Amino acid sequence: MIWQALTLQLGYNATLVAIGAMLLGVSAGVTGTFLFLRKRALVSDAISHATLPGVGLAFIVMVAFGGDGRNLAGLLIGSAATAALGLASVQWLTRRTRLAEDSAIGAVLSVFFGFGIVLLTVIQTMQSGRQAGLDGLLLGSTAGMLFSDAVLIAVGGALTLALTLLLRRPMIMVAFDPEFAAAQGMNTRAVDFATMALVMAVTVVGLKIVGLILIVALLIIPPVTARFWTDNTARVWQLSGVIGGVSGFIGAAISASAPALPTGPIIVLTSFTLFALSLFFAPNRGVLAAILRHLRFQRRVHMRQGLLALAQGQPIFERYTMRILAREGLARADGVATDDGRARAAKALLDEKRWEILRGMADHESTAALYDGLRQIETVVTPDQLAEIDARIAAPQGVPA
Amino acid sequence: MPELTLASNGGQVLTAEDTANSPLAIRGMTVSYGQKPVVFSVDATFVDGSMTAIIGPNGAGKSTMLKAALGILRPLSGSVTVYGKPLDEQRARIAYVPQRASVDWDFPTTVLDVVLMGMARELGLLRLISGGHKSRARECLSRVGMEEFANRQIGQLSGGQQQRVFLARALAQGADLYLLDEPFAGVDAATEKAIIAVLKKLKADGKTVVSVHHDLATVPEYFDRVLLLNTRKMAEGTVKEAFTSENLQAAYGGRLATAQIDQVLAG
Repeated sequence: MIWQALTLQLGYNATLVAIGAMLLGVSAGVTGTFLFLRKRALVSDAISHATLPGVGLAFIVMVAFGGDGRNLAGLLIGSAATAALGLASVQWLTRRTRLAEDSAIGAVLSVFFGFGIVLLTVIQTMQSGRQAGLDGLLLGSTAGMLFSDAVLIAVGGALTLALTLLLRRPMIMVAFDPEFAAAQGMNTRAVDFATMALVMAVTVVGLKIVGLILIVALLIIPPVTARFWTDNTARVWQLSGVIGGVSGFIGAAISASAPALPTGPIIVLTSFTLFALSLFFAPNRGVLAAILRHLRFQRRVHMRQGLLALAQGQPIFERYTMRILAREGLARADGVATDDGRARAAKALLDEKRWEILRGMADHESTAALYDGLRQIETVVTPDQLAEIDARIAAPQGVPA
Repeated sequence: MPELTLASNGGQVLTAEDTANSPLAIRGMTVSYGQKPVVFSVDATFVDGSMTAIIGPNGAGKSTMLKAALGILRPLSGSVTVYGKPLDEQRARIAYVPQRASVDWDFPTTVLDVVLMGMARELGLLRLISGGHKSRARECLSRVGMEEFANRQIGQLSGGQQQRVFLARALAQGADLYLLDEPFAGVDAATEKAIIAVLKKLKADGKTVVSVHHDLATVPEYFDRVLLLNTRKMAEGTVKEAFTSENLQAAYGGRLATAQIDQVLAG
């Protein structure tokens, strides 16, 4: 069943939804990257919740003029209008009052959402207009998606994506160093406004498929996931688009393969799966890599300290140090060094002494600063310098030559 | 009414000619945070081809004045002209090196990409980054001794290396006027040497350098002009004219003991 869904063999509607969700995922992933880089991910939450009253108002207006209250284009225009109002409120509160942005987001989000719910409740009691299904825009509902809806989503998503790509350089500059961008004559407020407007566009386009509550996930999870794998800005937005697209497609396919699986939440869970995998398994930035790195480092420290203790005939108190030495065949369980251990310990002590000498040499100050207890001295000085250091060890200080 | 002249203006009357000839002329600038002016009614006329240090105690408004001169902060009053023309017509001729601490160094970007940001104006929205742009960026990196770090993530750099990357980004702009905000703060000795060598080379090429500076001991060695600031302009001129113990006393007040001043001036 899932295989059929993934290969688009589950019929017309399922195919339409899968392709629509993929396009939405790509455009949300790419657009969301710039929001994430600007560290304003939560603003998208305020924007998306502020779409709800617009949906209600658009429905009422369309019915009042005798039209179909559920016309998607009409609903999207209405939602964009109140989303813009919500965004403007957040910006105004942040800039003109002492309210911090997080408080402003909280206030705007809840008030707009509350107002939207009131409107939907009022609509439920209206006599006309086939109101059923309007609340599908909360969590997305793809059953009975029309071809015209799919086209609207595809065109809207593609347009947003194109604009995002066009504006990527200014958005990156403002996200990284707004002061430098301003010094170059860039209007940073306009760039921020454009970023938010694009996020708003994605939100509105995504209402039908993932719904207004979950669109935030599609804007934020893909860039955060991509960030685990790369340190390059272009790679982050490219990978984020791919992750968003894959999540959208697979999520939609899975939900089409069984009758009771809601599309939006399944898409979000799919992207979360990719996130969780990246969180644990990504090289460098992943959790497992970090743990391994720490363990390896800790082992090196204990090894070095253990060798120095052996060389100076000091007792080793740490059990972990003892275990490592024993496992490497450098010492017996009772703490007595093996031949191998004695040789390694002597070398460790010699190196430590060499560092000591190096620290005393005025013209090697910056080299000596590289000392961290673990670095091999051969990697920072030339063989000639090493010979010079060893010569000084051979001729002890204080004794006239 | 008796004639009063303010020491900070040195009795001079600024003419339109002064403004037209200066790479950066600030007139009557006041910048305030809330109701408290941090910079009050400052006139400054930077001299073409010179290296000027802006010095003054902590909180004297040095960085603030620089940011307002660049339009990053909006001043409450005052005008700024760059080579005799309004700031916005001359953006391409000014390069800015902000304080290192002002950005997030965990940002996913590489050293080369940061330097390429210095070419944002000439690239615009549509032009693709070519091999030519990249080799120019690499050349700017080599001028600050950082060419081998081109592909590193910026977070892997030491503080001094980060500062050099910021300078390379400014060089990539190919500007005539360089404004730097404490470029020597918290950097290693090698970086300080590398940066000052680049700045002196810029001066030798006829460029103008203005830098907020905090280490009084190096002022005579690094710079040829100074501007002393403590909310007001306290003095402006060549190091010989303006970097005097009276002016330092006036700018720093009790924060600088007379013995320290003598030491700085002797060194």
